[in-house]
Amino acid sequence: MEKEQLFITVIGEDRKGIVAKISTLLYECDINIEDINQKIMDSYFVMIMLVDMKQSKQSLEKVREELEKLGDALRVKIQIQHENIFKMMHRV
Amino acid sequence: MSISAEEVFETANMILRQNLDIRTTTLGINLKDCIDNDFGRFADNVYQKIHRHSLRLVKEADRLEVKYGIPIVNKRISVTPISLIMETHCSKQSFVEMAKTLDRAAKDGGIDFIGGFGAFVQKGLTESDRVLIESLPDVFASSDRVCSFLNVGTNVAGMNLDALNMLGHMLKETASKTKDAVGCAKFVAFANAPEDNPFMAGAYHGIGEPDMSLNIGVSGPGVVYSVVEKNRGCDLTQLSEIIKRTVFKVTRSGELIGRELAKNLDVPFGIVDISLAPTTAQGDSVANIIEAFGIESVGAHGTTMALALLMDAVKKGGAMASGNVGGLSGTFIPVSEDSGMIEAVKKGALDLNKLEALTSVCSVGLDMFAIPGDTPAETINAIIADELAIGIINNKTTAVRVIPVPGKKAGESVDFGGLLGEAPVMDVNPYSAKDFLRRGGRLPAPVTSMRN
Repeated sequence: MEKEQLFITVIGEDRKGIVAKISTLLYECDINIEDINQKIMDSYFVMIMLVDMKQSKQSLEKVREELEKLGDALRVKIQIQHENIFKMMHRV
Repeated sequence: MSISAEEVFETANMILRQNLDIRTTTLGINLKDCIDNDFGRFADNVYQKIHRHSLRLVKEADRLEVKYGIPIVNKRISVTPISLIMETHCSKQSFVEMAKTLDRAAKDGGIDFIGGFGAFVQKGLTESDRVLIESLPDVFASSDRVCSFLNVGTNVAGMNLDALNMLGHMLKETASKTKDAVGCAKFVAFANAPEDNPFMAGAYHGIGEPDMSLNIGVSGPGVVYSVVEKNRGCDLTQLSEIIKRTVFKVTRSGELIGRELAKNLDVPFGIVDISLAPTTAQGDSVANIIEAFGIESVGAHGTTMALALLMDAVKKGGAMASGNVGGLSGTFIPVSEDSGMIEAVKKGALDLNKLEALTSVCSVGLDMFAIPGDTPAETINAIIADELAIGIINNKTTAVRVIPVPGKKAGESVDFGGLLGEAPVMDVNPYSAKDFLRRGGRLPAPVTSMRN
């Protein structure tokens, strides 16, 4: 089955519970996490998740809203974007 | 992952911290099929067609905004030049009614600005063109979102002085009839107006265009500034390279949104306009890029060369990123819409003379600058004439958006709010060209136009 892959980017300060809370939210929506990567870039803590939304019970709009709310609570910026924008911008 | 963490971070950071956005999605709509002998029916056809497509544009643009996490700031409509479709209804009253119809259709459809209330007059004026120009002060006084353009010159026709000489009076009347003279911010005089420009105030749906087309304007001064800032020490060749690479990425985001939006709307994808378009937001200034090159303040000697380098790098990066580059595709240096430009004028680093010089290397002309309200109409005409002559002789688009602010003197300021920003009132040369312009006729087309 064709996947619907999106990237979630978390930028901010490292703190306990970021991965746990985002994972729980995604689990509840039936969104599969395919890969996780985290590192310090430009002196920010950056976590990147590749997710598949094919089976998601929630609309992207709703997931985005929930992630933003979670980001506010954790005091980090959370972005979710379809993979095509990265392919377009970074691959010739 | 098929994309590295650094690449994902770079894109997210551009959007979150460097003000990357899709500045405008502009849907061009042909209105020729709306014409009817009965003006009421004609206006209704126009309203229905625009309203219907506006709703679809806004809905689909919002959907893509969520999908890609990139703000799509403006949703706009451009239409067939209104003078063309009003030939059989050309009274001032009908023009104002048509403007109100366009305004209402835009508002009801959630559209920010609607462009195309204009005419091509580079060789002469039809009755409809003349009435349109005369109606403009009332058009701006009775609408909020309608934008107007006049193409006064081209490099193959020269410049039409009869039309030019109407503009100063029209602009002064517009200034007096609209709050803070804001109506003047919605009028642009062009040389070589492009048919597919998605940016306001000069957008219109050209007569060589299909029934509908979707054009995209990207942005990105903040993104370019950020890479220039990180590369303070490199030489000019390398500087150009890093700008090219960055603009490539920025333009690709526009290409992606444009392609997908056009597909979803089932209309042909027109062009991506790769112009760097500033806003007054902190860090979204073209002037600041120039300053990060190593120029103490935009306006200093050296600015013209710096802008030439920026302009060229933007075009090279953009051209590689999209097969459909068009519109203005230059670098915008509007005074009121760029915090660095405002600052430079306020501290005396940038005057009208240098601004005019800058427009010879970058499009798109003298844009969004305020002058004293008591500037004679003939002097306004002369300012426009000088700028358009640069376009006509150099085979490029130039334009003027000038705002004579009633009651204000040089050194004072006028605040339009929103995207239109704040304009410091600039000094104009007190000597006159009125006897020259009064001769009328046409500025002959330059010899470079004879290419056949």
